[in-house]
Amino acid sequence: MATQHSRSAARIMLAPAVILLLGWMLVPLIMTLFFSFKKYLPLRGGDLGWVGFENYVRFVTSSSFWPSVLTTLVIVGGVLVITVVLGVLLAILLNQPMWGQGVVRILVIAPFFVMPTVSALVWKNMFMDPVNGLFAHLWKFFGATPVEWLTQVPMSSIIVIVSWQWLPFATLILLTAIQSLDGEQLEASEMDGAPPLARFAFIVLPHLGRAITVVVLIQTIFLLSIFAEIFVTTQGAFGTKTLTYLIYQRVLESQNVGLGSAGGVYAIILANIVAIFLMRMVGKNLDA
Amino acid sequence: MGQIQLNQVTKSFGNVQVIPPLDLTIEDGEFTVFVGPSGCGKSTLLRMIAGLEDLTSGQISIDGEDATDTPPAKRGLAMVFQSYALYPHMSVRKNIAFPMRMAKMDKAEQDRRIEAAASALNLTDYLDRRPGQLSGGQRQRVAIGRAIVREPSAFLFDEPLSNLDAALRVGMRLEISEMHERLKTTMIYVTHDQVEAMTMADKIVVLQAGVIEQVGSPLDLYNAPCNKFVAGFIGSPKMNFIEGAEAAAHGAHCIGCRPEHITVSTTEGLWQGTVGVAEHLGSDTYIHIHGVPGCDPMTVRASGEFTVKHGDRVYLTPDMNHLHKFDEAGLRVA
Ligand SMILES: Nc1ncnc2c1ncn2[C@@H]1O[C@H](COP(=O)(O)OP(=O)(O)OP(=O)(O)O)[C@@H](O)[C@H]1O
Ligand SMILES: [Mg+2]
Repeated sequence: MATQHSRSAARIMLAPAVILLLGWMLVPLIMTLFFSFKKYLPLRGGDLGWVGFENYVRFVTSSSFWPSVLTTLVIVGGVLVITVVLGVLLAILLNQPMWGQGVVRILVIAPFFVMPTVSALVWKNMFMDPVNGLFAHLWKFFGATPVEWLTQVPMSSIIVIVSWQWLPFATLILLTAIQSLDGEQLEASEMDGAPPLARFAFIVLPHLGRAITVVVLIQTIFLLSIFAEIFVTTQGAFGTKTLTYLIYQRVLESQNVGLGSAGGVYAIILANIVAIFLMRMVGKNLDA
Repeated sequence: MGQIQLNQVTKSFGNVQVIPPLDLTIEDGEFTVFVGPSGCGKSTLLRMIAGLEDLTSGQISIDGEDATDTPPAKRGLAMVFQSYALYPHMSVRKNIAFPMRMAKMDKAEQDRRIEAAASALNLTDYLDRRPGQLSGGQRQRVAIGRAIVREPSAFLFDEPLSNLDAALRVGMRLEISEMHERLKTTMIYVTHDQVEAMTMADKIVVLQAGVIEQVGSPLDLYNAPCNKFVAGFIGSPKMNFIEGAEAAAHGAHCIGCRPEHITVSTTEGLWQGTVGVAEHLGSDTYIHIHGVPGCDPMTVRASGEFTVKHGDRVYLTPDMNHLHKFDEAGLRVA
């Protein structure tokens, strides 16, 4: 795109997409901002006029606010750690030449095709059910009392379910990265006397740095708004209420659109804070 | 010390035998060059010596000790790869330090060796850069630096200069030769460039399809190639082979004569032909001559001043002392 003409042509052709995207983003954002300054109770009188920052104050001063932020961060952090660690190990494993490699790769990637709602339901009813679940049978087989997963260890259970969904994504990205590692580098380090663990630490892991960054950033974006898994498992009980779930409760269960919208604005702020931290921590891997 | 002995070594990939049984001894301190056409198994052989490739059968000993099953790191050899295989996320200093760090060498000693290697290889100004910020020649030197600091008993080079431009290649060729003079360490050097082989080697090993065709000093190979393959491979431009009546007159199936051993004249000579393409190099001119019976085209070397035009008739006289005779199987006959 060198000439003046081709540049302006490019702009004109890009315009529809840009305008569509802007509208897509701006309309909900402006509506959220708009409602957050209103007292709006759909079933109890509708629009009751402007209230300034009252919704914002009420949302943060509610006793559920800080716990929900913490819950959100714990779930995001837990899932990130599990998916990245297991993803790296699985990627290394899948990169080994072995019999049935193609089938195994597809199997590993399969969970990603399952809808979050479905997978959470499957986990809840088939694995984690304290009476009929697979784990319950396993525990009983060894003579132990079955664990009531979703009430006794709800956070860990949700983290496991979500990790199971996101592990394929992490594995896939890391596998493609590992496949691009120059075999001669590994051979050179082998000749330089590096044992397998040192080869992993000094050659493989730094090579994966960029891919890990991508995985962390993309997953964070999606995990901050996690909802379905909580909705179908604990419904926000037992300390699993995330910020998005809290907003959902404010809007739909309490029928308070204004309060929920204020929560939505806080969610945007939280996402940006997390993004800034992440970019500080891992963003430099993306340059160079 | 760095004497390497290969004993009935073979290598197969699946059921394709790449290296049939092969014996070779590389003496301590020798600069040995493996040369041969692409795909003949030079890299495979080198990697077997390095320990990066298992032997299918046979035995390798280093300094008289069996090293067939010794892991690469324990063989005391250092390798320089064609792609350099530098660690991209480490600075030049860390790259060079890596083998010493793995050997848990004393930090002060590490620094001393890095400084020494860097100054010998003109890398002092680049120690804190990443490999990605270096030119091809500099990367090459870093790879050599990383090999030197380990003070290995032998260096293995796999076509280390093939990614460099022509001028740099000549320079690095000299540097590696000088390094060999200085260190007196065994070096095994793989190339398909016969000029590199001729200029650098103490001993050339000519390979074809995994078989050693001939082993000898560069001049031995040049003066007395043991078969047509070696005769054609060593020397540039290629030796001319003449078959038919002319060869029979010398009592051979085929005779060979190098371009530099034929005198060309516009007036008289043994053979005659017409000038095709003339390549002027300045000092010399290589002329391709058509119409010589049994050999078409024939390449001859003339002095730079010798001027002929396309289509001119010229006369050629071979130097009888430098005529090579070969039998039906392509082997040299005395
Ligand atoms: N991993 C492998 N699996 C199967 N065949 C292989 C493998 N590595 C090498 N070969 C075969 O072995 C033969 C020798 O290969 P090698 O790499 O040693 O050639 P080379 O002499 O180094 O060639 P070049 O000058 O092109 O580098 C080739 O025919 C190649 O196809
Ligand atoms: Mg090769």
